[in-house]
Amino acid sequence: MKSLKALLLIVVAASLWSCGESGNEVPQGSTLDRGLSSDPESLDPHKMRSVQAGEVLRDIGEGLASYSATGELAPGAAESWTVSDDGLTYTFTIRADARWSNGDAVTAEHFAFSLRRLVDPATAAFNAFMIADVTNAREISAGEKAPAELAVEAFDEHTLVITLSQPTPYFLSLLTYPSTFPVHPGLFAEHGDAFTRPGVLLSDGAYKLDSWQPGSVLRLSRNEQYWNNAGTSIDAVNHHVLTQEMTELNRYRAGEIHITGAIPPDSFEQVREERPDEMHIAPYLGVYYYGYNLTRPPFKDSPQLRQALSMAVDREVLVERITGRGELPAYSWVPPGVDNYDPRRFSYADLSQDERNATARRLYHEAGYGPDNPAQIELRYNTSDTQQRIALAVQSMWREVLGAEITLINEEFQVLLANMREAEITEIFRSSWIGDYNDAHTFLNILQDGNPSNMPRYSSEEYDGLMQRASEQVEPMRRRLYLEEAERILLTDHPVIPLYFFVSKHLVSPEVVGWGDNVLDYHYSQHLSLAPNDAAP
Amino acid sequence: MLRYALLRLLGAIPTLLLVIVLAFLMVHAAPGGPFDAERTLPADIEANIAAAYHLDEPLHQQFFRYIGGVLQGDLGPSYRYRDHTVGELIGAAFPLSLKLGATAMLLAVIVGVLVGALAAIRRNTLLDRSLMAVAMTGISIPVFVIAPVLVLLLAVKLQWLPAGWSGNEGLAKYFLPVIALALPQIAYIARLMRASMIDVLASDFVRTARAQGVGTSAIVRYHALKPAMLPVLSYMGPAIAAILTGSVVVEEIFGIPGLGQFFVRGALNRDYTLVLGIVIFYASLVVLFNLVVDILYGAIDPRIRHQ
Repeated sequence: MKSLKALLLIVVAASLWSCGESGNEVPQGSTLDRGLSSDPESLDPHKMRSVQAGEVLRDIGEGLASYSATGELAPGAAESWTVSDDGLTYTFTIRADARWSNGDAVTAEHFAFSLRRLVDPATAAFNAFMIADVTNAREISAGEKAPAELAVEAFDEHTLVITLSQPTPYFLSLLTYPSTFPVHPGLFAEHGDAFTRPGVLLSDGAYKLDSWQPGSVLRLSRNEQYWNNAGTSIDAVNHHVLTQEMTELNRYRAGEIHITGAIPPDSFEQVREERPDEMHIAPYLGVYYYGYNLTRPPFKDSPQLRQALSMAVDREVLVERITGRGELPAYSWVPPGVDNYDPRRFSYADLSQDERNATARRLYHEAGYGPDNPAQIELRYNTSDTQQRIALAVQSMWREVLGAEITLINEEFQVLLANMREAEITEIFRSSWIGDYNDAHTFLNILQDGNPSNMPRYSSEEYDGLMQRASEQVEPMRRRLYLEEAERILLTDHPVIPLYFFVSKHLVSPEVVGWGDNVLDYHYSQHLSLAPNDAAP
Repeated sequence: MLRYALLRLLGAIPTLLLVIVLAFLMVHAAPGGPFDAERTLPADIEANIAAAYHLDEPLHQQFFRYIGGVLQGDLGPSYRYRDHTVGELIGAAFPLSLKLGATAMLLAVIVGVLVGALAAIRRNTLLDRSLMAVAMTGISIPVFVIAPVLVLLLAVKLQWLPAGWSGNEGLAKYFLPVIALALPQIAYIARLMRASMIDVLASDFVRTARAQGVGTSAIVRYHALKPAMLPVLSYMGPAIAAILTGSVVVEEIFGIPGLGQFFVRGALNRDYTLVLGIVIFYASLVVLFNLVVDILYGAIDPRIRHQ
């Protein structure tokens, strides 16, 4: 009886261990292991929106245009295109050898179908707004017109014509974004929304999806049908979902992954000393800022106070001592490195911090505050070590320079977002903005009146007028001047305090060849290769 | 016995229902929604998304839609992992968490009971004192400290074991997480076992056995071990809860796609269906565990069985 019980126990234990262990085939050939900070929310191009989903989708899909290894706009599934003189009509020629992973040809109609699906209200695509400038796109999203009325036309199998309602100089860079990637219409007809399953999903990119274990790993392997398969070196790519930066770093140190998505703040100095050559820090299209709520006092109608607070922040100290990971101090709203644009700077950008502080004090007094009547302000930020350190530093700068009394309030991220959106109780809030495409417009347009991401509720007729004129302008140089003038107005009005510009931070193993830092932080696996490295960790 | 078990199971239904209602109200009361991000979407698009996920319906309608699905065994689609259903996510994550938790629990009970019994038998010797000192340290150091230290030492420096989960084959990857999970429990169970064993060894029936000339090892094995384990058994409920919550931390640190990780992410992402699904699942488990422990109690202690 006793031995029977023991046997039973062993059987139960063994069956427990044997379940759930499947699909772990190790592919032959070279395998690249990359860290990914969270699961993609979806591999449906029309349901994705995160950086992480974009990273995986750029490996398994391809849009009409793409980026080269060095970050320049390059042909993708379309081998060439022409743009009409008025900047409104784009004609694409799809490659004759563009193929889905099952061998089907990628056609102009597939792109037309996919762009229509992107704006179809039934799809509920987050990024439908991306192609809002295509004629009728807005009306379709609003349910006023049928998706078939979108101005995208498959002229023949290889010719696609897209018509815009206004010139959009960055339109091609939108077509590199995964939301505009094609979906195979036949596959969608057969499987509906479940077409993204491993084993079902068809890929038109360099790799195809073999398996996806949420929270763990997405395994990709070479797509033999890809038009540039011969130019692809690495055979398999594993995107490891590593939510903890420290875990990712440990796995990198143990030689288990080649590329990290981040570097943990607390280990930054140590890693810099240990592996200076493996650390890649590069400017990134993102700005970290504090926003003012302009709908209520004390910041409504008080430009002096807004400017005083902005001037009293020592951004150099902030990036050197507080964030300390190569971030750049922000004296403008648009980050450096944006194509065809020269960011304006605060009028006081070239002053010393002492001079800035003196002016800040004067403005603070002009705004009606002083030692007997200090400004009492609430600063909200989302709960996290980094946010807290920055908030504490800024609080003490404002206290020392101006004597302002700042109450720090930390809130869970979703709570902070809800408060920012309501704009009822906020005074100063922490936020950030990451550019969607390499153009100043992606930063400047969110502060236009009525833009849903205009968290400060900034409203300036002059600014909106310049933005409008820029959007009507086909000639790139004149458009650029309008945008730059708009930024100058913005920096004078101080609806926000830009604090610093983000940088991308990666550890890249010496084995990886072909890595190129770029402002968009795109690193297609197909551009990389692996060299055996004797000095590997 | 069967009647008793069935009655208990029936009694669990209102409990579970209450849990679902409370959890539903709580996740929906939390500020923010599953699709909020720093980018606020145009109103039209936001309306399209709300309609697609039924978030534009009144709350009671959403509740009945949800409960209707649950009764048919459908926990709905995840809002954050939009290519997966909640059922799939739990189905993939739970075997892992169970495997880790059960192994850690088994290890903790075996080692804890042995160490505790040994310390009790060799009471007040150097062995006893050093074992208990180690146990005290084990209880005091939290999992989120033990785990990274183990990784740094055994995986990064010595490279004996893998540092992470995904992509590593074989059983080696289980080693560190199981140890990290089991250590605090080993320590606690050892102390519990020692105290209880000392009590039992001082009891009348043991003195009688000794008087009859039964040797120490036989006394421990046939007479003292079982009654001394009763406190350990009643600690199993809390221990399972501790391992479940501990697994949240361990799963984060090792990057294991277990239930704990999905629970935490689900809550932070306002993934209503995922959080609710896991709450329902956990609640059912707790109800079940309590029942099993009660029945086991009867099996070990005849006095309870005969009542």
